[in-house]
Amino acid sequence: MEALLYQILSGLATGGIYASLALALVMIYNATHLVNFAQGEMAMFSTYIAWTFIEAGMPYWAAFFLTVVISFAGGVLIERAVLRPFEQQPSVLAIVTVFIGLLLILNSVAGWIYEYTLKVFPSPFPERSYLDGMVNGHQLGLFGVTFVTLILVYLFFRFTPLGLAMRAAAQNPESSRLVGIRVGWMLALGWGLAGAIGAVAGMMIAPIVFLDPNMMAGVLNYGFAAALLGGISNPWGAVLGGFIVGVLENLVGDYVVGTELKLTVALVIIVGVLVLKPSGLFGKTLVTRV
Amino acid sequence: MATITQVPTRTSGVATYYGLSGDAWKSIVIAAVIAAACVLPFLVSNYRTFQFTLVLVNAIALLSINILTGFNGQISLGHGAFYAIGAYTAAILIAQFGVPYWATLPVAGVLCLVAGFLFGLPALRLEGLYLALATFALGVAIPQILKYKGIEDWTGGVQGIVINKPTAPFGLKLNPDQWLYFVALFVTILAFIVGWNLLRGRVGRAIIAIRDQPIAAQAMGINTAFYKSLTFGVSAMFAGIAGALGGIAVQFVAPDSFAITLSLSFLFGSVIGGIFSLSGAIYGALFLQFIPHVSEGISKAAPGAVFGVFLIAFMFIMPVGVAGFLRLAWMLIRRRIATRMA
Amino acid sequence: MTAILEVKDLHAFYGPTHVLHGLNLAVEPGGITALLGANGAGKTTTLRALCGMCGTRGQIVFEGVSLAGKATEDIVRRGIAHVPEGRGTFTGLTVEENLRLGAYTRKDKNSVIADFDRAYRYFPKLKERSGQQAGTLSGGEQQMLAVARALMMRPRLLLLDEPSFGLAPMIVQDIFGILRTINREEKVSMLLVEQNASLALNIADHAYLLETGRVMISGTSDTIKNDDSVRRSYLGY
Repeated sequence: MEALLYQILSGLATGGIYASLALALVMIYNATHLVNFAQGEMAMFSTYIAWTFIEAGMPYWAAFFLTVVISFAGGVLIERAVLRPFEQQPSVLAIVTVFIGLLLILNSVAGWIYEYTLKVFPSPFPERSYLDGMVNGHQLGLFGVTFVTLILVYLFFRFTPLGLAMRAAAQNPESSRLVGIRVGWMLALGWGLAGAIGAVAGMMIAPIVFLDPNMMAGVLNYGFAAALLGGISNPWGAVLGGFIVGVLENLVGDYVVGTELKLTVALVIIVGVLVLKPSGLFGKTLVTRV
Repeated sequence: MATITQVPTRTSGVATYYGLSGDAWKSIVIAAVIAAACVLPFLVSNYRTFQFTLVLVNAIALLSINILTGFNGQISLGHGAFYAIGAYTAAILIAQFGVPYWATLPVAGVLCLVAGFLFGLPALRLEGLYLALATFALGVAIPQILKYKGIEDWTGGVQGIVINKPTAPFGLKLNPDQWLYFVALFVTILAFIVGWNLLRGRVGRAIIAIRDQPIAAQAMGINTAFYKSLTFGVSAMFAGIAGALGGIAVQFVAPDSFAITLSLSFLFGSVIGGIFSLSGAIYGALFLQFIPHVSEGISKAAPGAVFGVFLIAFMFIMPVGVAGFLRLAWMLIRRRIATRMA
Repeated sequence: MTAILEVKDLHAFYGPTHVLHGLNLAVEPGGITALLGANGAGKTTTLRALCGMCGTRGQIVFEGVSLAGKATEDIVRRGIAHVPEGRGTFTGLTVEENLRLGAYTRKDKNSVIADFDRAYRYFPKLKERSGQQAGTLSGGEQQMLAVARALMMRPRLLLLDEPSFGLAPMIVQDIFGILRTINREEKVSMLLVEQNASLALNIADHAYLLETGRVMISGTSDTIKNDDSVRRSYLGY
């Protein structure tokens, strides 16, 4: 029984990682109706930036917030400079190709600047363990940060005029212009926020998996699975999906297929959700007219 | 008395260029390229021959992407998985069962045809971005699946399997590199013929119609589900055959050779070469083989960034890739030099 | 009285297709002007051209300021609200969120609250359904929502594209009654595109009749109503 509980708690801890990445994916989806393949690499790159500041002697939280701000700006820049030309021709192939291109550039540049040796990334949370050694300080801290981010995202979309405008711009750009919303900037804002959230996710993940340019590839898969499972437009769903995926990954990994096939679990979840219930557990089904 | 006005007859409406029709020129060019390809191994070093073998292997793989994504509109970021299945099939058959190398190719092809068709079935419900997402997940997961301890006895686990290079039969005076090159050349030509036949005629038109207007195609009575799965299967088959050939050429299969970067390299090779045409596969394959060597001079990590930049630039400036660019150039030139037969 | 909206020699394009050929029209302040014509005459295109939603050439002057070449979101911020063909409601958002979006560009918080009350007073049905997803509303309710959202912008000029389309006659009467009230009480000028000519002529002061992208006839609605030949050949009654 204790082992099961440990697996579940450990699953919830990793689930927090997936949840925070899934939040960034939900953010971009809500702003643009697109799935950002490059999200993992953006998060990784932000974490490297934070690492640079910390290595240079900056205190953790200062580096943290500065990185979040820079990542926000980076997200806006990516949207305005790279994606804007493709707004007009919404061919899926073009968009996927651009995302993949971004992914490759970010990954390579990170490898180029920082090389491929693993680096240690500090955690701001106490080292101690709690609950009889079931969870450690960082895992608890991760939960906390994820929830705070979730609440902020939810409040933003639900209660602020800007959040409402962003949702409107993604749903119906033409009508949005007719009420005076600058649709282009809404998209840029969405990307900026996703960049910021991704940075937070990366900085929470790095202490666990160690910092290297390829650290996010597998995590991204889980992030996708989490976001899809919870409903790609729903931040609460994304977080819940993250925890479910984390626990499922651990349980299935330990009791069914062995730890080496965990990524396959993510694959099965993704394909399963997309085929059986594309709107996920909590997302809204969008009806399109033919 | 009525006079009958003679209407001048036109013997043909085909434009000619220096005495030959456009189609005739095309055949000449293709024949010349094949001839050049046959002579190549005798003119360059063994290592270069090996590189060109890999170009041929890549060309088959990119052909699979062009058919699936360029002509049928289904985006796959996971074709590395089928390539891997083909490679491992060949390796296991050779290493464990002593099957001759040339027999492994059809087996790999059929296996991947079935696998692709089966994967294509649930994929039917996925469109665009979501299909890309699902295949991306497949591509990321495949190395892990290949490392799975449960099938380690077959796959050799993390270490993979080593294969011996086949030697030329019948005492032909060719070294193994050269022989393999000709095998690859033969398979490539075969693959392109099959691909070309698939895409012209009713089947080809159906495939393209599904890409452009899926709902209208369905309303017209085209069985989109069947054609999409078929295309997925055929595409996977090509990728599998490419994988088998590739594994034999490199003499080695291991899980980490088939990471997501492989699938992504297929996509961008196709985009840069020209995803909407068959010849694009060749240009893309050349690009994939030789550009990294050039950019590695700058930095170890640079190839990825270079690819990324090229990818975005091409999508913006020239979405039809090198093949499309050449076609445009040809169209501009032909206006100048066409002479009509009256 | 200078017109609140003056259009001179307006040409409009959808890509290479030339759709409007040198339109001249004007809307008087506080007046209602109707744009009539058969399907494909260019009425919707005119409204879209005014809002920068297609390529244009020519003069568009609103309250003395030229709008030609400006982006849609900048044009509407100057005081023009457009209720488009097909309503343009945000079907995925609630009724209340739709109205809030109408007030997106406004800075005066208190009058926005007052305007919500006013919107619900004009359209009590909307108040009942304020938490409902807009896509689930009936056609008539969505039209009311579209008009209400436009009013939340406190526009000085309201562009309406076929507000009667697909609606039951009783609902149409309701809506047009409300439009007349708004015009009278709040002095909102209106440019009304309608296929239902008699309906439009009953509410409008002036009318323009379009055919294949050109103005064929213009005048006060009384004149046009009373001109038998115009009525018979162009308006079908």
